[in-house]
Amino acid sequence: MDKLIYLDHAATTKTAPEVVEAMLPYFTENYGNPSSVYSFAAKNKDAVNRQREIIAEALGADGSEIYFTAGGSEADNWALKAAAEAYASKGRHIITTKIEHHAVLHTAEYLEKKGCEVTYLDVDEEGLISLEELKSAIRPDTILISVMYANNEIGTIEPIKEIGQIAQENGILFHTDAVQAFGQIPIRVDECCIDMLSASGHKLNGPKGIGFLYIRKGVKIRSFVHGGAQERKRRAGTENVPGIIGLGTAVDRAVRTMEERTAKERELRDYLIERVLSEIPYCRLNGHRSMRLPNNANFSFQFIEGESLLIRLDMKGICGSSGSACTSGSLDPSHVLLAIGLPHETAHGSLRLTLGEETTKEDVDYVADVLKEIVAGLREMSPLYEDFLKKNQ
Amino acid sequence: MYSQKVMEHFEHPRNVGEIENASGVGTVGNAKCGDIMRIYLDIDENQIIQDVKFKTFGCGAAVATSSMATELVKGKSIQEAMQVTNKAVMEALDGLPPVKVHCSLLAEEAIHAALWDYANKHDIKIEGLEKPKSDIHEGEEDEEEDY
Repeated sequence: MDKLIYLDHAATTKTAPEVVEAMLPYFTENYGNPSSVYSFAAKNKDAVNRQREIIAEALGADGSEIYFTAGGSEADNWALKAAAEAYASKGRHIITTKIEHHAVLHTAEYLEKKGCEVTYLDVDEEGLISLEELKSAIRPDTILISVMYANNEIGTIEPIKEIGQIAQENGILFHTDAVQAFGQIPIRVDECCIDMLSASGHKLNGPKGIGFLYIRKGVKIRSFVHGGAQERKRRAGTENVPGIIGLGTAVDRAVRTMEERTAKERELRDYLIERVLSEIPYCRLNGHRSMRLPNNANFSFQFIEGESLLIRLDMKGICGSSGSACTSGSLDPSHVLLAIGLPHETAHGSLRLTLGEETTKEDVDYVADVLKEIVAGLREMSPLYEDFLKKNQ
Repeated sequence: MYSQKVMEHFEHPRNVGEIENASGVGTVGNAKCGDIMRIYLDIDENQIIQDVKFKTFGCGAAVATSSMATELVKGKSIQEAMQVTNKAVMEALDGLPPVKVHCSLLAEEAIHAALWDYANKHDIKIEGLEKPKSDIHEGEEDEEEDY
């Protein structure tokens, strides 16, 4: 199979050639440790700090508020665990949602075992939290609100600005997992009263294994990795210089291309949604129709199961995902789809297609055609579809 | 993740379909776990399985195990069909990933459920056959803890 149509950009993206090019000298020529005194290495410190500035600018933050991590999961872990520890004297209550990425959910569950109390907010059928529910969940001992900027599976964008205001009015720290949103939609940390924000390099055509946590100046938070004085003594370990250069270059590129790129993706995505919904019966779009990431489409097809669908798509050269790449292999349907109220069997039959900058209209047409065929074929062999047809005869 | 045999059966499943007025029909699994299998048996007066068809809602392994199970019982006597265990199905498929072993169990149960239906309809007893335990309304998953 020569054809490859990659529609899983929410899982990861291709590292852009210009990003790789920017990184390469930092493996071979400029390999010095940024903490060393001699000028050969010290210039790497400057290079690292330049990336900090680029990222800070993308968020409306200050360079000193950007802390490099090994990726989004580390940033999420750090934000939750360190805040829980640093603010333990104020309280031990955390508010998050039922649709967070497992990097937040499993960390919250871990903190529960360590004595924290966690409220998991429900979402409506489009994946939005209720601001009223959030307000009434707040207690005097609430120390942290963590709500993802946009959901990785269904693409719904949460009302971050309003959440941030509520957090600020109540004097509560606000963390957001922006791994999917950063680079796709404009984010301003001040406008949204965000105290901490997690992001990752490989979702925006940067390298894997690098990400950052934005920590607002003044936020009390413990070191995550103890050791050297890197990252203002908050995250020890020799900097991943090539990774940081790659991340900065990718962020710069993502910001520059955002408007044009996402306009194109949005148009193609809407075309895909329109074709699928109108041509395949018993199917629905998951997530909010308009408050959604520009590249995300998530469908549920009744009477069929997601893995079968994925394998058949793969045989036709199409890469998609069911639930999310992190949960495939497990037998439980996606927690996000259950949270928006889908019954188990419908949640099992879900497909996420996430477009990228290289996706074309031809790709989308091919995918819609193939999808139509595969869904019909799988339904032919589904006992659930057989029962449904008999019931409606 | 899957063996070539599994992929081959998934891509070209054998014996997909229904049998009208089947001698026995069995449906096992549940939608919550994401697997439902239905087996139709056409059994002649000499208790030989003349034809077998299946329908499956489930993952690649569920489809492949159903397909293989129908191949293994086709043309066999009902006693021989009772010998088709989940192990036999797995071996015939060159193995399954550990998380998918339950699919082969489901295939065995689906055959048993169809035989049970046949035995009930014809008021006979098949040695070693027990009432199928899983049906589409049962089955709760256990959460594993890993901290």
